[in-house]
Amino acid sequence: MPKDGSEVSLDGLGIPMWLTLEMTYRCPLHCPWCSNPLDFDKFKNELSTDDWKRVLREGRAMGALQLGFTGGEPMLRDDIEELVAYSTELGYYANLITSGIGLTPERLKAMKDGGLKQIQLSLQSSDRDITNKLVGADVYDQKLSVAHEIKRQGFPMVLNVPICKQNIGQTRDILELAEELGVEYIEFANIQYYNWALLNRAEFLPTREEIEDAEVAVKETRERLGKKMEIYFVIPDYFDERPKACMNGWGAIHLTIGPDGAALPCQEARIIKGFEFPSVLDHSLDWIWNESPVFNAFRGEEWMKEPCRSCDEKEKDHGGCRCQALLLTGDAANTDPVCSKSPFHDLIKSSVAETTNEHRVERPLVYRRKGAITTDFLETTE
Amino acid sequence: MNETITIAAENIIEINPMYLFRWEEPQQAHVLLYPEGIVKVNETGAEILKLCNGIKTVTEIISELNDKYSTDVTDSVNKFLEVAHAKGWIRSKS
Ligand SMILES: C[S@@+](CC[C@H](N)C(=O)[O-])C[C@H]1O[C@@H](n2cnc3c(N)ncnc32)[C@H](O)[C@@H]1O
Ligand code: SF4
Ligand code: SF4
Repeated sequence: MPKDGSEVSLDGLGIPMWLTLEMTYRCPLHCPWCSNPLDFDKFKNELSTDDWKRVLREGRAMGALQLGFTGGEPMLRDDIEELVAYSTELGYYANLITSGIGLTPERLKAMKDGGLKQIQLSLQSSDRDITNKLVGADVYDQKLSVAHEIKRQGFPMVLNVPICKQNIGQTRDILELAEELGVEYIEFANIQYYNWALLNRAEFLPTREEIEDAEVAVKETRERLGKKMEIYFVIPDYFDERPKACMNGWGAIHLTIGPDGAALPCQEARIIKGFEFPSVLDHSLDWIWNESPVFNAFRGEEWMKEPCRSCDEKEKDHGGCRCQALLLTGDAANTDPVCSKSPFHDLIKSSVAETTNEHRVERPLVYRRKGAITTDFLETTE
Repeated sequence: MNETITIAAENIIEINPMYLFRWEEPQQAHVLLYPEGIVKVNETGAEILKLCNGIKTVTEIISELNDKYSTDVTDSVNKFLEVAHAKGWIRSKS
């Protein structure tokens, strides 16, 4: 997942420079913050290898450069190696985003030969038991040996650590582990509260104090290691007064294709009901990007309501995240409630206040599992 | 990795192997691609980066560009190299 403020040239050319392929929603793990849809199990018809190749060709013809293979667990598809090689031929910078499960040395080697540039591995803790508990499977050792193998084969690597109450206290240990592994980048990813994460928000949100402690550990490690390892750590938006410039703006540079072929302005956009997301099976990527109602819905500033409409910061954050606005305020065109100017900002303040409420009742985490909650109320695309 | 803070005149410069530098037809521009990022490089920057080929020293790069532009571009080239180095785009070859 590209980071907020990741370095990109935004020059109004309107090119989908960043293409994310969600190869499948299948996954052997059960992360309770998973950003995949709640009804992930209903997406059984996945695009074929040839469909993906066509998407890659059309994207490249439009000028797409950065490519992410993600999921679900992309290694559950047996055509990743072939698609990586194909994307390299077309001139993409290919990234693999994986939990590491199923990533054997042989498959790594095949992708290296196919020109894979970088691997993002998710890791939840430096502690075996906490990791296994958080992902709902006994995989810590496997993840570590995959990490070593990735480095052995000479890939640049990003460790992605979704940061939550359960692991934020281990920031220093996690940084040491990352240093030991020799990764070039470590990203403490703020959990974005949609889908599974939103169900578990009260259990995941750390306190401001915990965040500040983690920040100190990050700062000290940065000073000690310098350029050897880059550490991404940003204050979670819930604790900020301004929203993130989500996706650098709707339909600005990012294009995501789901396993079923649905084209999405961001990986969470499916939660916005009433939209019919165009499928690459029915439309050209060019039409989808330039003409489709969905991609034009929140482009630019025309759609904005107050307070964004007359705010002088709108070019900086584009009014924040549409999905967060929808989930928390009921209207995707509203100001992201994370913004202190939003009339709904109290919603954020009260969930932050809950983090220090001594009387808060802890609830068990809802793990990403088929049938974990009822999803009958959701319409599916199939 | 690149530990030196500044680069010296006799250093041989190369593009960080994690980066891909090339011309992009749709953008009509040179771009640097790296894990999780894209940078569009302006024309002068691109002329400099083209010479960061793992063979030439800083001195050679500067003298070549001085000839090419037939003015003294030493300061601006040095400045660009400093910035590019700080951003990790280039490194001195060991
Ligand atoms: C959805 S996963 C798919 C790829 C693969 N299964 C994995 O875990 O790396 C992609 C990345 O998003 C991160 N992620 C998942 N849910 C998230 C959320 N709610 N907020 C922020 N990052 C999340 C994961 O840690 C992982 O690095
Ligand atoms: S975040 Fe966890 S559950 Fe979701 S796709 Fe990745 S590994 Fe699977
Ligand atoms: S009001 Fe809207 S544009 Fe202004 S800072 Fe808040 S989110 Fe950004």
